[in-house]
Amino acid sequence: MCPAPESFKLCWFAKGTLFLPQRSATMAMTTKTAEKRSPLRGFVFHLHPRTVPESTLRFTLSFGLGGMAATLFIILLFSGILQLFSYAPETGSAYDSILAMYGTAPLAGLVRNIHHWSAHLLVIIALLHLLRVVLTGASDQQRRFNWLIGLGLFLLVLFGNFTGYLLPWDQRAYWAVTIFTNMVEYIPLFGPRFGLLLRGGTEVGQLTLSTFFAIHIGLIPALFCVLLIYHFWMIRKAGGLVRPEDLAGRSARRIATVPALISREAAVGLGVAALVFCFAALIDAPLGDMANPGESPNPAKAAWYFMGLQELLLHFHPVFAICIIPLTSLLLLALVPFIPGAATAPGIWCGGSRGRKLAALAFTLGLLACLGGVLIDDLLLNSTSGSGGPPAWVSRGIVPLIALVAAQGLLYLFLSRQRTYGRAASIMALLLLNFGLICGLTIIGTWFRGPSMMLAPLW
Amino acid sequence: MTQTKQPLPDLHSTVEKETGGADGAPEKPRRRALLNWLWAVFGVLACLELSWFTGSIIRSRRARSSSRKNNYLDAGLVDAFKPGDVKAIPEGLLYLVCLQDGGFLALSRSCTHLGCAVPWDENKQQFICPCHGSKFDLTGSVITAPAIRPLDYFPVRIENGMIRIDTSAPLRREAFDSSQAAKV
Repeated sequence: MCPAPESFKLCWFAKGTLFLPQRSATMAMTTKTAEKRSPLRGFVFHLHPRTVPESTLRFTLSFGLGGMAATLFIILLFSGILQLFSYAPETGSAYDSILAMYGTAPLAGLVRNIHHWSAHLLVIIALLHLLRVVLTGASDQQRRFNWLIGLGLFLLVLFGNFTGYLLPWDQRAYWAVTIFTNMVEYIPLFGPRFGLLLRGGTEVGQLTLSTFFAIHIGLIPALFCVLLIYHFWMIRKAGGLVRPEDLAGRSARRIATVPALISREAAVGLGVAALVFCFAALIDAPLGDMANPGESPNPAKAAWYFMGLQELLLHFHPVFAICIIPLTSLLLLALVPFIPGAATAPGIWCGGSRGRKLAALAFTLGLLACLGGVLIDDLLLNSTSGSGGPPAWVSRGIVPLIALVAAQGLLYLFLSRQRTYGRAASIMALLLLNFGLICGLTIIGTWFRGPSMMLAPLW
Repeated sequence: MTQTKQPLPDLHSTVEKETGGADGAPEKPRRRALLNWLWAVFGVLACLELSWFTGSIIRSRRARSSSRKNNYLDAGLVDAFKPGDVKAIPEGLLYLVCLQDGGFLALSRSCTHLGCAVPWDENKQQFICPCHGSKFDLTGSVITAPAIRPLDYFPVRIENGMIRIDTSAPLRREAFDSSQAAKV
């Protein structure tokens, strides 16, 4: 949409004059000398500035989480492409093609293991990266648009993982896709139609697999690449990582990107790659029994990163658990940097030692509140009979949701009025409380649910 | 980002722009504005075309897959059942239930919550979903949440002592009533 770039016009115009050609020639010289030495170096300077603030190199500021996530994405991209040569996206042969990866060509199995474990690790790393951004106050005015891009990337990671574990067409895949397409149908208005579209009909079958295969290998990587490049570019626009000098108004001491930043990035990236490769060489990616439409496994559990949602589904009316609660949470999370004064002190974890104590306390409170809530709901479920009482969307929807929101509002008021925490610290506490709730749900769902999804001890 | 972004030039507002051109930016000639406007139109057209392509491909898929016909399934003789019996019929993805009053009810095997296959628990006399723990009684009514609807059912007919189930499509219901079951 943009007209011809100004520089192009300048060069063309400059042919006829004496001064301009000289100037543009020297300008070209300086950039060329850098690129002449090595084309790689030229690319590096496309991603990074020539110098970076020294304080952003501190490992404990970022723990290299963003770099790890980017490395994992590259590993996923390559191991994914390699698997396309051996995987058959058909319901009849998908499962056998996975088995064959471990039989005739064991290296294909290794590639699958690498892909599988990188995907799991990426969920953890991306989540920690997201937390790092909040807790180091990096969601300020300059970076808040990049926060949205990052959230988009995080959703793509989750959806990529989900669509990926449908492809082996084992029991988990079959029932996960059944549940997911049924979940979509609870979305008000366009849900039923969209569910039918994803499933390719009323029953899960070949068209369903085709849909999710196309999404997994086409749509998600393409969107991910675009957003990732944007994400990187926005970091450069914001002047690199967040740093304490932003607050003090001091000008940062800068040091050369090559080698200081590049060597650190290489160390983090290669370290993660080595870890994943070793893990994949030792432990095979799991594969369940072949898909059996006649019988769900008991208990039928999602992958660990969705167990929080599955546990939520046990306690809430489906429309609330599928649509209202996740969407509202996501919206609120997206809006955090747009609240004036919501970011804690830049570049300092939790804004200081008092904030760190509050953060730990809020997270623990979230875990305990989750445990309490689950136990209370379990008692209520077992003591009440099905019929009678208010409808489910009141008793298992609006009432608990209002209680949850009210409790958080009161906690916010208590922290900001009674305990003189600032707005930023109070918001941070609420975020960590909710993170604790999610962790609690995930832990209970993963380890404390037995057959028929009854509460059962781990041992 | 916000600095470099300019609103799309409009053909009709070039006169107004001449007065408002600040920051030493050169005025865009009329022809350039027209070209920009055309690019935008082409961009929108391309997007529309792409969504039309996507839509028609997906629609053609659905036409191909909807092929479920009217078919009846023979589920056995009436005499073979006694009240309280539950027989799984895997080929129809359903259960045939003989109710306490002797009526026959064909229940869909899919949980109305999120579609998992519900097994019949003989000891507890309940259908218990392995995915989210919903419980249903013999008539398919919800005993325990999270499910909000009773199990779907299929119409049953009894012809010459033979139980026949119409498996063309499961029927939704809000509550159990005896008209959903067939009696001898």
